[in-house]
Amino acid sequence: MTRERLLNAALMAALLLFPLYAWASDEPFLITLTTRAVILAIAGVGLNIALGFGGLVSFGHALFFGLGGYAMGILAYHAQTYTTLTDWPLTLQGTKSMPVIWIIATLTSALAALAVGALSLRTTGVYFIMITLAFSQMFYYFAISWPTYGGEDGLSIYVRNGFPGLNTMDPIQFFALCYGLLALILFFTARLARSNFGLMLGAARQNEARVAAIGQRPYRLYLIAFTLSGAITGLAGALFADLNRFVSPVMFSWQTSGEIMVFVILGGVGRVFGPVAGAALFILLEHSLGGLSEYWHIYLGAILLGTVLFARGGLFGLLAGRGQPHD
Amino acid sequence: MSAVLLIEQALNGLQFGVMLFLMAAGLTLIFGVMGLINLAHGSLYMIGAFAAAWVAGLTGSFLLALAASLAAAAVAGVLIELLVIRRLYDRDHLDQVLATFALILILSEGTRWVFGSFPLYLDTPDWLSGTLRLPFGIDYSRYRLAMIGAGLVIAAALFAMISKTRLGIRIRAGENDREMIAALGVNISALYTLVFALGAALAGLAGALIGAIQSVQVGMGEPVLILAFVVIVIGGIGSIKGAFVGALLVGLTDTLGRALLPTFFATFMEPAAANSVGASLASMAIYILMAGVLIFRPRGLFGATA
Repeated sequence: MTRERLLNAALMAALLLFPLYAWASDEPFLITLTTRAVILAIAGVGLNIALGFGGLVSFGHALFFGLGGYAMGILAYHAQTYTTLTDWPLTLQGTKSMPVIWIIATLTSALAALAVGALSLRTTGVYFIMITLAFSQMFYYFAISWPTYGGEDGLSIYVRNGFPGLNTMDPIQFFALCYGLLALILFFTARLARSNFGLMLGAARQNEARVAAIGQRPYRLYLIAFTLSGAITGLAGALFADLNRFVSPVMFSWQTSGEIMVFVILGGVGRVFGPVAGAALFILLEHSLGGLSEYWHIYLGAILLGTVLFARGGLFGLLAGRGQPHD
Repeated sequence: MSAVLLIEQALNGLQFGVMLFLMAAGLTLIFGVMGLINLAHGSLYMIGAFAAAWVAGLTGSFLLALAASLAAAAVAGVLIELLVIRRLYDRDHLDQVLATFALILILSEGTRWVFGSFPLYLDTPDWLSGTLRLPFGIDYSRYRLAMIGAGLVIAAALFAMISKTRLGIRIRAGENDREMIAALGVNISALYTLVFALGAALAGLAGALIGAIQSVQVGMGEPVLILAFVVIVIGGIGSIKGAFVGALLVGLTDTLGRALLPTFFATFMEPAAANSVGASLASMAIYILMAGVLIFRPRGLFGATA
């Protein structure tokens, strides 16, 4: 067992045992806190497919996070107000069923990522960073100025959506759902990284010209990676909205994009489990430093700056040694 | 909508565009010469505004406040460049984005720690308050006219500096081939610090000038930063001319879009729906403009085609 695998196992065990301990000692807040870390980890794992595996520096993943959130918010809003979503060409009802919401959130984000990716991937470098930012800003301002679903105030959902056979209002059961999804997505991502597609994507990141020379189109590889990446981040958005029972345009904001990037970097770019470590560390810092000082962002900034300047592989780079280089 | 209102809105757009240019010029120079994406540019804008508000509160002099904004932002820029930015020049864009994102967190919270969460106010000076009567009976704010004038003068000075002076030649040479000008005996790291300080000073001045018509508060820099990025991406990163054209385009599109789009939709929609569609579209307009420009010209209007 390599050190990285050991670290992966320890990380997942800690994420499972901590809320179980909190459950046993009746501390629901700590369970919710861990659930938050798990959901943000899913968002980071999504971004990591584009950023780590494909080298696509997307500064607009809040777009997919927000879309997932609003997909949940809009469906649940129509279900709780007993109004129809559309009446024409066919009547669509809202829903409070989690699996349905997840599928719709994932598909919506995937479609959006396909469209945004198809346009954005025509550019490279800084222009790619900025055009992805521009698309997420479009949705941010749209969400703020569109009054139907709360505009700037956002949408509140009174009761968490339901999952067959579970009581989702119970923190530990909702945690179990999110943890299960994270494990499933990590399994899928690890398989993806080792698949033909994943290897080709890594090759395209390192040398586009050679990949093109052996008959693969880098654009196509990038577009598939970007779409998958957006879909997973969108699912995280739906879960995040369900956790808070609230969606607002903040989910679309560029700070959200920045934070999702921070999870990936703190953990270690291009490592399958990196964003999980990053999100857990972020929540840990937020919780411990937030209690220490009102100005905890200063410390967060200093830690982030230190990571970028001196510990380039993030947490995984420090603890598990050098993995794949990122370039 | 009457012609007078239209001209007023166009002037507002021009004023907004000129201020965006002050921000964008520094960003585009820093990217062009050093190849650095500086997200912390908005924090320098904020530092300028806070320095101006603080000095104006102490002395009551608006001109001293402007001088303070230039000096504070330039000094902050030099410090940041020496301590952090210098290490980022040979890093990839991802590292630059994250390190400067971290700087935003530090500088914003640091400012909140020093000045508190409540906004400060910077008043326009007496000699620039009130309105001026323009031809066709338009009354327009003296202060905004002064902003347009000051912005255009600075833009002209910047163009002259880049195209005529020795420093400008070095900056342009640095954009083209940094190894070569270092080999020719130019102190490249001093040049980088100078360019960064220049960009910072311009951002600080923009912060002070805009601080007088808006409130001075933590977080004021980021919306402007994003707009300045839109500007330089539309114009083509590294091009001062592109930044100027892009800034005016963004300023006018945003201001005129907000003024005209709701009226436009009202011609064929119900008023309430027209208002919400118009307002939504207006707030997205510049991002649509940017995406459109990039899709057809992936390196911006005046970007290098290579």
